[in-house]
Amino acid sequence: MPIEILMPALSPTMEEGTLSKWLVKEGDQVNSGDLLAEIETDKATMEIEAVEEGTIVKLLFPEGSTNVKVNRPIAILLEDGEDISSLNNYKDSTNQAPNSKSVEKTMEATINEIDTQKEKASGKLEKIKSSPLARRLAKNLNVDLSQISGSGPNGRVIKIDIEAYIKDLESNIIPSQTNQQVFSDNSASKEIGALRYGGAEHLTKLGIEPGSYDLVPLNNIQKVISKRLLDSSQNVPSFPLTIDCEIDELLRLRKELNQQAGEFVKISVNDMLIRASALSLKHCPEANASYTPDGIAIHKHADVAVAVSIESGLITPIIRQADNKGLSQISTEMKDLASRARERKLKPTEYQGGTFSISNLGMMGIKEFGSIINEPHGMILSVGEGNQRPIVREGALDLATIMTVTLTCDHRVIDGALGAKWLQHFKRYIEKPITMML
Amino acid sequence: MSDTNFDVIIIGSGPGGYVTAIRSSQLGFKTAIIEKDSLGGVCLNWGCIPTKALLRSAEVYSNMKHAEDYGLSASPEFNLKSIVQRSRNIANQLSAGIKHLMKKNNVTVINGFASLQPAKEAPEVRVGEKIYKAKHVILATGARARTIPQAGLEPDGKYIWSAKEAMIPDTMPNKLLVIGSGAIGMEFASFYNAFGSKVTVVEMEDRILPAEDEEISALAKKAFSKRGIKIITNSKATLKVVENGVKAVLENISESNTKTYDRVILAIGIVGNTENIGLENLGVKIDRTHIVVNEYSQTCVDGLYAIGDVTTPPWLAHKASHEGIICIEKIAGRNPEPLNPISIPGCTYCHPQIASVGHTEKQAIKAGYRVKVGKFPFVGNGKAIALGEPEGLIKTIFNEETGELLGAHMIGTEVTELIQGYTIAQKLETTEHELMETVFPHPTLSEMMHEAVLNAYNRTIHF
Repeated sequence: MPIEILMPALSPTMEEGTLSKWLVKEGDQVNSGDLLAEIETDKATMEIEAVEEGTIVKLLFPEGSTNVKVNRPIAILLEDGEDISSLNNYKDSTNQAPNSKSVEKTMEATINEIDTQKEKASGKLEKIKSSPLARRLAKNLNVDLSQISGSGPNGRVIKIDIEAYIKDLESNIIPSQTNQQVFSDNSASKEIGALRYGGAEHLTKLGIEPGSYDLVPLNNIQKVISKRLLDSSQNVPSFPLTIDCEIDELLRLRKELNQQAGEFVKISVNDMLIRASALSLKHCPEANASYTPDGIAIHKHADVAVAVSIESGLITPIIRQADNKGLSQISTEMKDLASRARERKLKPTEYQGGTFSISNLGMMGIKEFGSIINEPHGMILSVGEGNQRPIVREGALDLATIMTVTLTCDHRVIDGALGAKWLQHFKRYIEKPITMML
Repeated sequence: MSDTNFDVIIIGSGPGGYVTAIRSSQLGFKTAIIEKDSLGGVCLNWGCIPTKALLRSAEVYSNMKHAEDYGLSASPEFNLKSIVQRSRNIANQLSAGIKHLMKKNNVTVINGFASLQPAKEAPEVRVGEKIYKAKHVILATGARARTIPQAGLEPDGKYIWSAKEAMIPDTMPNKLLVIGSGAIGMEFASFYNAFGSKVTVVEMEDRILPAEDEEISALAKKAFSKRGIKIITNSKATLKVVENGVKAVLENISESNTKTYDRVILAIGIVGNTENIGLENLGVKIDRTHIVVNEYSQTCVDGLYAIGDVTTPPWLAHKASHEGIICIEKIAGRNPEPLNPISIPGCTYCHPQIASVGHTEKQAIKAGYRVKVGKFPFVGNGKAIALGEPEGLIKTIFNEETGELLGAHMIGTEVTELIQGYTIAQKLETTEHELMETVFPHPTLSEMMHEAVLNAYNRTIHF
């Protein structure tokens, strides 16, 4: 299937740019990372790189083209082994279904770079009772305050607690080093005991022979993901609500929209799910909420985070105020965010925060699943595959395209009835999609 | 039949003992307090309170003498007997107040001198012929003025005074020698100087108020010298009573001077009251007249505790009270936070006043901190000028790395009422940031506390 190379947004405010120079010509073989073109914005000239490998079969704009809109295809790439004849169906295929490469492969979680993890952490500190000095020390020493039990009034973390924690850490380093030595002597105990730091020893304790596996060190993204998900699954009392939605009408409307809309607007099912979710949140504002120890935060806007799979992890870029945005705008923004997410070029402000998340594994054939809540969101919607299933309609067997969705709710904020109410709104928008056009 | 069995017996009714007794009773213990003299101990009867009354007379008198500075006129005279009587009345009033507090809190007051004898659970307490028993016995016997008889440094009943005699003077001495320049010495020097005595202060160390920050000491010396107090440092004194006065030999490394004074006040420290209460028989550890205790005031003897001046320094009333509370709460099975000696503020009520908490600049540096020091002078503060008190300084010492307030030091009018602000800041572990963000009311002396913080970070506004 042909791959579209899109005009990238080189800055958050960029809407269009000039294709100043092609660095490849039609017929060139490109590898991921090869330079394709120079793009000029009002601020700078930047080079764009190939993300996929294959053969450039068509350059859609000549050098020097100005006012090329962001996300507009500028070149077509064919993967190795694909026949140029597949280009004949090019337009059709893009209108029929979203390019598989541009659909968000999804799971749940948020990625922060290590610096932004600190920002998050300091936001979280406010929930932990601690003295200003303790917070300053924790910051200086790069210590996670939530790891420390406070000895001050009502468990307030004070200076001596940080000092004791650091002392503890320092005294722990020595025994673990000794253990490491014992381990390399191949005389480590196989007995399952308390888990300690260090991957190899961890598994040895669990009875897995050293040398029977390769240990890939955690990167920062993986560290952050594991911490955030662990926190969420430990701290959030969550429950799932599952409902089936008929999507025949939605698919029909999408096809119609894409046929009638301009050449380069291509609305995906996911875009419609984002809009339906945002509108449902608008209908149930009390479900657009976050738990805080001081009270429940009812958000004024529906900022919908969409999980996007990227190499070595995943990230959740956010469509801000999705309740105020039309399908074409959601679609354009989502395409830009997803492509830049994969290039790891999102700014923290583009993936931090949000009030609700969507995770879609439908394109991977998953029928239904539940997700871990991405704090501080109150709910996450897990979207399964839409496929034809037999249903009973008015006493007779019938066929319909059914999509099963599961809403995971933070019970501290959203109870069963409220979650169900939200799902009813959502189902109505999905099954009568014309209502989301209003 | 009087009751002789208690949960808690406290020996001594100073600010350590009586506060502990009240808290003990609040915690549900059947409590008794034993006092050989007047309720309230030295602090209330022969220390903190009566001297503050005297110093207030000195302050008013001094202000009257400067009436013209304020556009007023006055021809001040004083009556020493009345000044002393006022001070005694106040002490008596407060002692009666303690009696009321004991009654209100169901604390049994036993008059007499207590001694201890070994027993199973906790030592037994003997007062006269009677034996009292309790599960917990808390010693709060306090301290008394130190004397050095070999050097003639002991009260003689007429010419050589300890603090007690110095606060009930029969005469305003013409020439007065104060030996020792700690808080007690400087307060008496200040009082007698205000009423016209020619005061000389002799100090063994190289500066007066040696416990204070060096810079504050130096400013104090300047202020006292300006008022006519003669200060002799690095010197020792030996005394000999002669006819109508005392001959004092003041010697430093290189020379020795002999002078005669009408009266001498001894302010050369304190010793713990550990004698004649049977501590030897119990095996209580005593280090240079002070009882050795752990952080919860437990002695090495089961059921026996010690708080206040009879234990470790600082020897201050508020330390004794707080230590007593910690001690009794621990006994009650609570989880009190042990006292951090560095967090105890100290105040000296001479003119100008001196107050401090935490590390001095030198101590902080010696402890290995990289420091940021902030200073603000009284002359930059509107309220101080309006009060006619433009003399003084507030100084803050921060840990450069963490913003921790390591210490604060003040000299100037009313600083003893200001220091608590920094004490709270230290207890709550605020950093420079929170202090800078705090709004201080205008016009007050407290604005200088803000400025002294800002100054440490080069952000002073008014100077």
